[in-house]
Order: sequence, then C-alpha cells, then structure tokens
Amino acid sequence: MELIFEKSRPGRIATSIPEADVPEVAITDIIDKGLLREDVDLPEVAEVDLIRHYTQLSKRNFGVDVGFYPLGSCTMKYNPKINEEVSRLPGFTSLHPYSPVKFSQGSLQIMYELRQYLSEIFGMADFALQPAAGAQGELTGVMVIKKYFEKKGQKRTKILIPDTAHGTNPASSALCGYSVVTVRSNAEGGVDIGQLRELMTKDVAGLMITNPNTLGLFERNIEQVSEIVHGRGGILYCDGANANAFMGATKPGDLGIDVIQLNLHKTFSTPHGCGGPGSGPVGVRKDLVWYLPVPRVIKKGKRYDWKYEFPDSIGRVKVFYGNFNVMVKAYTYIRSLGPGGLKKASETAVLNANYIKERLRAWYDLPYDRICMHECVFSGKRQVKESGVHTSDIAKRLLDYGYHPPTIYFPLIVPEAIMIEPNETESKETLDAFCDTMIAIAKEAKENPELVKSAPLTTVVRRLDEVKAAREPDVCWGRV
Amino acid sequence: MDYVPHTPEDQKQMTEIIGIKTVDELFADIPEKYKLKGLLDLPHGCSEQEVAALMKGISTRNAVPPITLMGAGAYNHYIPAVVGHVISRSEFYTAYTPYQAEISQGILQAIYEYQTMIARLTGMQVANASMYDGASAMAEAAVLAAKTLSREKIVIVRSVHPEYRQVVGTYAWANGYEVVEIPYGKSGQLDRDALSNAVDDRTAAVLVQTPNFFGVVEDIAAIEHMVHAKGALLVSAFTEATSLGILKPAGEMGADFVVGEGQGFGNPMNYGGPYLGIFASTDKFLRKIPGRLAGATVDKDGKRGFVLTLQTREQHIRRERATSNICSNEALCALAAAVYLVSLGKNLRKLAELNIQKAHYLKCKLSELAGWEGVFTAPVYNEFVIHCPDPKMANRKLEAAGIIGAYDLEKDYPELGNSLLFCATEMLTRGDIDRVVSLVA
Repeated sequence: MELIFEKSRPGRIATSIPEADVPEVAITDIIDKGLLREDVDLPEVAEVDLIRHYTQLSKRNFGVDVGFYPLGSCTMKYNPKINEEVSRLPGFTSLHPYSPVKFSQGSLQIMYELRQYLSEIFGMADFALQPAAGAQGELTGVMVIKKYFEKKGQKRTKILIPDTAHGTNPASSALCGYSVVTVRSNAEGGVDIGQLRELMTKDVAGLMITNPNTLGLFERNIEQVSEIVHGRGGILYCDGANANAFMGATKPGDLGIDVIQLNLHKTFSTPHGCGGPGSGPVGVRKDLVWYLPVPRVIKKGKRYDWKYEFPDSIGRVKVFYGNFNVMVKAYTYIRSLGPGGLKKASETAVLNANYIKERLRAWYDLPYDRICMHECVFSGKRQVKESGVHTSDIAKRLLDYGYHPPTIYFPLIVPEAIMIEPNETESKETLDAFCDTMIAIAKEAKENPELVKSAPLTTVVRRLDEVKAAREPDVCWGRV
Repeated sequence: MDYVPHTPEDQKQMTEIIGIKTVDELFADIPEKYKLKGLLDLPHGCSEQEVAALMKGISTRNAVPPITLMGAGAYNHYIPAVVGHVISRSEFYTAYTPYQAEISQGILQAIYEYQTMIARLTGMQVANASMYDGASAMAEAAVLAAKTLSREKIVIVRSVHPEYRQVVGTYAWANGYEVVEIPYGKSGQLDRDALSNAVDDRTAAVLVQTPNFFGVVEDIAAIEHMVHAKGALLVSAFTEATSLGILKPAGEMGADFVVGEGQGFGNPMNYGGPYLGIFASTDKFLRKIPGRLAGATVDKDGKRGFVLTLQTREQHIRRERATSNICSNEALCALAAAVYLVSLGKNLRKLAELNIQKAHYLKCKLSELAGWEGVFTAPVYNEFVIHCPDPKMANRKLEAAGIIGAYDLEKDYPELGNSLLFCATEMLTRGDIDRVVSLVA
C-alpha cells in the first residue's frame, strides 16, 4: 500500500484555516527571520484521500473488535462502547488542566473516587493515578521504595526479581539505581523459598513479584514470601499486570503486598489503542502514602481540591495529573460492573483459562500442570521435536485462521512458550473454535509441517524480514 | 452489566470438562484465610442507561468554558473532524502493540509515517513512535545523555516548564544525577553567560525549551557551540507543538535531541491527558533511543511492509541493561497527531501564523491598559508574559464570566512580581479578545 507521502500532490489541502480577523502584522516584525523555518514538508492530500488512506490502514489492523485476542499477560478484554462514548463528553475532553477547581469538580470527583475504589478492590491504603502506563507505574513504585529507605536512612542497593518477571521489572529497578538479583522458580512454578531466604539480606530493598505470576499460577507460598521479605525489613512489591485474576476473590494488601501497580488498560477494560494510552496507578500501604507523586486530590466537605504540599513525596513523574480520559473509562467500567460484576469477571476469566488448558492439554506440553488462574502457559517443545515446527510458526499459522496469537516465547523459563489469556468476555463458542483451531494446527504440524512453517498465507503481507529491518534501519521515509 | 456471555448451561459444561463442581475450586491456591468472604464494598453495578446518566451528570460538574486563555503546556486548538473519525475506528483503538506485524500493518505504517513527519518537523533524522508526554520524553533524553556519556550533571534552564523541571528532577534523583538550574535573562531568553559557566566536562546534557515557558523563542543556534564545546549534549524541548509549523527546527540548529509535547497536534486537552511525548534525535543515537520504533522492510515475497524494529534496545530483551523501562507508547495519540498533520499539510504554517497574530493582538490590546506591560523583549509565539496591577483580580473577573484565565506566575516565578502568562490560539476570535480585554480593564 502506498505511503501518504506517495499520495501527496502539490497544492492539495484537506483542511482550510480561517482568515485572520485581527489586524495583521508581518511575521518577521514579530519573530526574526533567522528563527523562522523555510518550509513545512508535510503531505498534501484532499480530505477524501486522507480518510481513504486511514480507512485502508485500519482494515490492515487486528483489534479485539475484529476477533479473539488471547494475548497472554495483556488482558485483551472487550472494550465496552459506553465507556468510549462517555469519555467523549465535552465536560471531560475540553477542560484545560490548570482550570480553576470550581470548573473541574467532575474530573476531581472521578479521580478521588477511582482511588477509593481501587484501594477497596486491592486492599491498599491509597493509590496515585499519575503514572501513564504500567511501566511508569512500576518505576513510580520502585521510587517510593527508594524514598522509604532514604527516609529511614538505610542504604539498600539490590532488588530481587523472579526469573518469570516481565522485562520492565528489572529495567524499572535499574532506573532507580538498584542492582537486580534474579530469584529462580521452583518445580511448581512459584518462588524458590530456599533461595529467597538466602538472597533476602539486609542490603536488599525488596522483592518484585507478579501474582499470579507470568505462568498464570498463584503464588501458593505468598505467606512465607511475605514473612521472609518483611522479616528482613524489605518491601514486597507486586506487579499487578495480572490483577484480572483475583478481583473480589482476595486482596493483595491482605496478602502482605506493600506496593502494587495496576494497568487500567488491562484489568479495567480501557482500550489498548495499538500500544497506548494506558494508565498505571500505584497503590501503597498506609505508611508509604506520603511518598506518592504530587499533586493529590483531597476532599473538604463536598468540595474537591488539589493539594501539592507533601514534602516527602518522590515528586512528579508526569506533567499534570495522569491520563485522565483513560481514568474516566475505568471509572465507568467499575460503576457498570459493581462488586458482583468484578468478582464474576475474575471468576470467569479463570474459568475460561482452565477450560482452554483442559481442552489443549492432550495436544501441547503443559510444563506446570496445576490449576491456573487467568492464563495458561503451554510449550511447543513437542512440535519442535516431532516436526521442527516452532511456536513462532504456530503463531503465524493462527493468523491464517483469523486469530491474534497468544504471547509467545514468554515467560523466558518455558522453552517455546505459548501463553494464552482468554479473559472473561469471550463465549464458550469462541473458546471452542479457538481450541479446535489449535488442535488442527497441532495436526498440521505433524502431517504437513511445511504448511505451518510457511504461514501466514492469507495476510496482506507475509513473514517480514526483521533482520533486514534491524541491519538496514529505515525508520524515516526518504532517508535511506 | 458485566459483559460475561456465559449461560448457566455453558458454565455447567465448562466446569464438567475441567473436572470441578464449582468455580471456587479454581481459587484453591489462595490461602483460605485470605479469601474474601463477602462482596467488595463498592457502589452496586449499573445498567448502560444508568451509567450513561451517571457519567453525564458528573461531566456537567465540569465547565465547558467558552474561552480559554491558559496555555502553559496544554493548548486549545481546533481539531479537524477527520481526526476523531479515524481514531474511533476500533481496528485501531482495540488493538495491542503491533507485535504480530502481518496483522498490524495499519498501525505500523501509520506510525512509520508519523515518525517521518515528526523527523521533518523537528529537523531530525530519527523520531520514535512517541512516549508518555513531553515531560517524560525530556527526562528520558536527560537519562540517555547521562548514560551515554557516563556523566552525572544535567543543566536545565529555569524557563523550562516548571512541571517538566520537576519530572526531570524526579528521574535524576532516582538515577543519582545532579541537576543544576540556570537563569533566564532580561529578554526572556536563557542567560548565555550563566550557561557557559554552568557547562563543564561533567555535564551530560543541557535542557532548553523553545518557545520556553514564557512563550519566548530561544536562539538555539547561538548556544549550541557552548554545549558541544564541553562535549555535552543539547536537548531542545517544546510544549506547544504547533510552533514547529513556523519556527526553525532545533535539529537544524545543532540540537542532539528534540523532545516535546505533541498534544497540540489533534489531541484534546482532556484535563491533562492522555497526550503524547515527541522524541527525536540525530542518526547517531538511533540504536540507543528509548521507545518503540516502526521500520520499513520487505516480506518473503519482496513486498514492502513494516515491523517494530531495533528491539534489542528495549527492556523485554535487555531487561536491567536497557536504557529505559518504557514498554509502550501513546500510539492512538500519535495516530491522532499524524492524521492532524496530514489534514493540515502545508497549512500548518498558516495556522502557526494565525496563532502569532492572535497572541500579538491580545498582547497589544492588554498593553494599552493602565499598569499592564509586557515583561520580556525577545520574540514570542502564542504565549507572552505581562505585568499587571492585580493578576488575581484579573483572573477572578475572567472566571466570573466563565472564562479560563491566564497562568499566574507568582508560585513558580516569584521574582517576576505581578505577572500573568497568556496564551492566544486560533480558537479566539477578535470579539473574544476584545471582550477579555474589557473584562480585565
């Protein structure tokens, strides 16, 4: 498909600009010529060309509204349309962030109450809504830990991270100056308690776990983990990426979690938007609230206001208050579901994952064979051994059948990993059709491996040369 | 409303296949004493009709102001109708990061085109797929400079947006870097002597904003050598993206990184977010910059296609050795920006000129009032600082008329005395401006 630049014709326009209704002054009388640019090199197309271009592009894109999207650890649940609609109300979209608070009581109410709801769901003392995404939430959480020890006058230089963790965990820790020590998993997929006990020394700030972890397994020894970490004065951090597994079933705060970051774009149904915007709130236990980013919404009587004076705060991680419009959608979702709906969502997400696990267990290797939470992790090892078909081939073959593939090659400790997260908004028919397809591909891998290895055959482009993309980078048109 | 499609019969069949009697059994790994016995203490669930009414009610507790005179990092611009239509296509907004390139060519190509337009506008060779916002993009540039040069001092000008300085401060504290602030001069541009004194061979980066927080256009070409002479890197930032339509790009004047806030390109103010951070650099940093990058390549039949590329820079490969922890971008906001830029095309310059004209008119009119006087002499884009007898009273009068007033500089810049930062975009008519002036007079 042509690039928008290739469709450009000199002199075409898609939008006209109003004529000036104020007395005009020569621009060079206001700004020196030397500070002005010569030309704006942007595409020139008519409005209909623009719309057709982006409509064609949209047809070359796969979203949850197109089909099943069992991408593990990403919680690609249905994005309710009412959430989109209310988020576009002019009261939410058109207000400047520095508007006087008497003009923004609605926005402040949403942020204040959303914090209360999240605190109740996760058993934390309070949340900060400023971080823009899960990774920024993690970074903020680790900053809170750093500040806590700084205030206590303790020098702790390491953070423990299980070998199943998302890559953002070690990267966020490193950005706060911590060195990262990996804790291995035990045979049943949980934290190796013996090794944790050995590694959790006085110079360790804490442990960043993900619970349920990236194998989709609940940390059975969470009590012991908490005792060991807290026993040495450490902080127990939970990556809340997988929070869709336990809403209304248990509270991380009760389990001994001191700091947790969420992903509103996963658990609370706000759309992923091809990779953003998200929102990554951070929740903390009571004595850590003072370290959260500023400003914070407070309530005096019936009136909401901003408060900036928290001298122990880590400061700001983002301009203004966070991705407010994403919060509107998450708030709407919580109000729609209520406590019963949230519990049912998590229960059904877990039911669906276990159902897929049962239906596929005869066809793919299951490295950790126990009840799973909201996702299940298979290995494509058998297919590699039997016919040289890799997990990446299976994923590409799924494209031909109209599915977005699961997460693959993650977690890193499972060879040829296939991580399936079906989530609660998918029907039994959808799950069955997907399982039938996975079984059909397992058969194809045996009987006609070349077919699977040459997939996809039906997409607008076939397998792309990623090595060329990296060796001869072309990230800006016309500059190679 | 819970969006769960299962009928009781579905549930029965599924539990049978799994081999359990009740769904509770699936939560057996949670220690019994930590299982919640009752329901969470939250408001009860609602039907769609009820939640729609609820949210509409809350939205009306916000004002929809007829006139906004506030800039200071978020800007009120007209958004062409095509922008909303394109980003409402659910093939875009309900997709994840484009890991499966064959079924994500739409967003990958759109991002590649976005990167190209941003590179051209900033005068840079490389732009990433976007970051969280202008402030975090600036902080990431500072961290990258420090890591690249193994230096630990960041020099930042006081005329950089106060909240950007705070974000840089937070990231610098976490990494153990020192931040040194240098003053602006009488003209409103940075103090060159102070800059030259502050930059030394420990300095990793100098962070400048243009137009700066006061709306003043900095002369990047005139300071570039002071930064590079000491081996430091120059980060030029902006908060008002539409200024790129008329100002000489910092990339053509020697900046190593151009970062900034892209909200002005087709994204509503949204009470502060979501916005998009723009991040561009010279070729030299291509393999080091943070964030996602879409790149062109070919498929096995030789057909052009796009992928996320150079991922070995990123956290999911490099983990604790990555230069940044960022794992997403603000793709939908970047898509809105791309559609906006295609929609405006060469008219972006005309729009920028209109902003200058409106701000100039407002400034002239206000300056005619007794006791109102412009503070800085250097050229400005669509914002300016004006000294006035009683800034609080002026804003109160505007507020009483339902207008969002100007930014009161007292808290962040007490040294400026009674001063307001006004912004005028194409959204203000001459009638609006005359009304504002008569209200504050």
